[in-house]
Amino acid sequence: MSLLEVASLSVSYQTRRGNVRAVNDVSFELERGRCLGIVGESGSGKTQTCLAIAGLLSADAAVSGSVRFQGRELVGASRRTFNELRGKDIAMVFQDPMTALTPHLTVGSQLCEVLKVHEGTRGTAARRRALEIMERVRIADPERRFDMYPFELSGGMRQRVMIALALILRPALVLADEPTTALDVTVQAEVISTFRAVIEHTGTSLLLVTHDLGVVAGLCDSVMVMYAGRTVEQAPANEIFAAPAHPYTRALLECLPRTDRPRGARMISIAGQPPDLAALPRGCAFAPRCTRADETCAERAPVLEACGPQRTVACLHAEDSSSAAASSGASPSGVAS
Amino acid sequence: MSPPLLELRDVRVHFPVRGRRARRESAVVKAVDGVSFTLEEGRTLGVVGESGCGKSTLARTLLRLVPVTGGEVLWNGRDVRGLDERAMRELRRDVRMVFQDPLASLNPRMTVGELVREPLDLFAPELDERAKRNAVAAMFERVGLRADLVERYPHEFSGGQCQRVNIARALIGRPKLLVCDESVSALDVSIRAQILNLLIDLQVDTGVACLFISHDLSVIREVSERVLVLYLGKMMECREAEALFAAPSHPYTTALLGAAPVPDPLIERNRPHTTLGGDLPSPIDPPSGCVFRTRCPESGPRCAIVEPPRKSIDGGEVACHLRSSSQSIQERP
Repeated sequence: MSLLEVASLSVSYQTRRGNVRAVNDVSFELERGRCLGIVGESGSGKTQTCLAIAGLLSADAAVSGSVRFQGRELVGASRRTFNELRGKDIAMVFQDPMTALTPHLTVGSQLCEVLKVHEGTRGTAARRRALEIMERVRIADPERRFDMYPFELSGGMRQRVMIALALILRPALVLADEPTTALDVTVQAEVISTFRAVIEHTGTSLLLVTHDLGVVAGLCDSVMVMYAGRTVEQAPANEIFAAPAHPYTRALLECLPRTDRPRGARMISIAGQPPDLAALPRGCAFAPRCTRADETCAERAPVLEACGPQRTVACLHAEDSSSAAASSGASPSGVAS
Repeated sequence: MSPPLLELRDVRVHFPVRGRRARRESAVVKAVDGVSFTLEEGRTLGVVGESGCGKSTLARTLLRLVPVTGGEVLWNGRDVRGLDERAMRELRRDVRMVFQDPLASLNPRMTVGELVREPLDLFAPELDERAKRNAVAAMFERVGLRADLVERYPHEFSGGQCQRVNIARALIGRPKLLVCDESVSALDVSIRAQILNLLIDLQVDTGVACLFISHDLSVIREVSERVLVLYLGKMMECREAEALFAAPSHPYTTALLGAAPVPDPLIERNRPHTTLGGDLPSPIDPPSGCVFRTRCPESGPRCAIVEPPRKSIDGGEVACHLRSSSQSIQERP
């Protein structure tokens, strides 16, 4: 049994402009100690998926499908169930470390509060645990920082505090929603390496939501690409980067400016913009922006189909990735050459 | 010889700070400290650095949006501080800015047609109604917006479209310099490439010079001919982009380049990660000597004592004790 099993998850909102399906029939599994990256543009449903798992969607969201965490069904679970799980078994790291911390409490007291609420640990024992976790997420000089307020810390340091808060109870699952997007690139590199070290050490599973494929490359074992609320491709990280099967995945990879490539060439972009979720086209949602699209794409919506041992893709004109998948499975280094 | 379009000579912007620490002595934040560069007509200069390095403050000096403490900001050879109101109006026509937040930059109560037209009303009142309408329609087409959208309001547009409106608004008065302050940072990757390509095309078409500010060196790399690297308000390196990206000279530039993640797990997980230790020091109390030394992987004893002077190297200048002449740079492997 996987730690997290999401099956046919849908999230929709009734609006004046009609029914908006923010997440549409999304399924995936996450094993213990692994890291899954959910990638997509704004409005692709990646954050909504995350919030649905944590039970943090607003009251007007209609959720269907199933989210099983450690075998327990979370869709429709009571507030009490979530209150027990959140923090202790499922923790969350948000994008903006500036607003996610309580401004009038010191870093130390926020860390200790978590221990008090969930375990009843107080006093020096709590303080010791807090300092320990601060050290683990590489906060330099934890003794001094323990008594500081969030505003006295830099953005990178605050995000480390957020990660410490998420990890202090050793949760089985951490949901990280764009954890490095608000940070400088130098600080981002450090936060990524902190995450990597912590996952290896504690065996926590990580669900990483990001629009940055570079961050995914550094952290994730597998990747799920979302577009307009649907999963368009799912694959192990090595394979998806070596040979993307969906034209959208390929385009996302190609439009990244890369410092390891010669400069001067024109940047590749994806024409147009993401569709209106209240008025999705009948066929493939990506078809209007897709270079491979033809008449059938406008008529028929593609479904997720297997295109390799651990891969699925939803495209009528998917690139053949089976050969690349096979070779990368055998020897990862062979793909790079 | 005519003076360059824009020249900054040893520009300093210092802000006094009030607060706990300032009570005893008059503390100042040196937001920009001794920055010099020239920008010729039609060229692009990229300014890169982390948050708080003074990139935006530097740009704001051009339009007198912040008071300059010392040095000179020369626009066509004239110091902008000495300009009278009339000359300032001309300057505001000639230097246009595109900011980071596409929607917040647009007045929500005006239609996008009115927004793009507004600079013409201000700076070209001699044009008649029809000429203005035609100019707006042409500009809409040029930035890739459908002409029938002129009656819409900004909130009806996506971020990328709003940024197109901002660009149209900036360029309709035929400015000589476009200042892009993190103009693509808030956009999704797929849209970012569209807008960058649009900016590059428009620059070729109109011959406008461009000051491109970004924290992202990979974006700077795509658009700039020359690159200025700032750290805590000070210039670390200022060189031709070709030379800089081929062989970054300053350890900070090297660190910035190394920090950008590569979207390929095989490369990303196997390459050495030399992360910068610690955080940006407080700009109120910057380190002695070289301001970068506290995070520099190569710093030596001299770095703590003497502030490194600017030295000329292949394609520009660098401020680092560890780099001597241009020859030794090229010998580096």
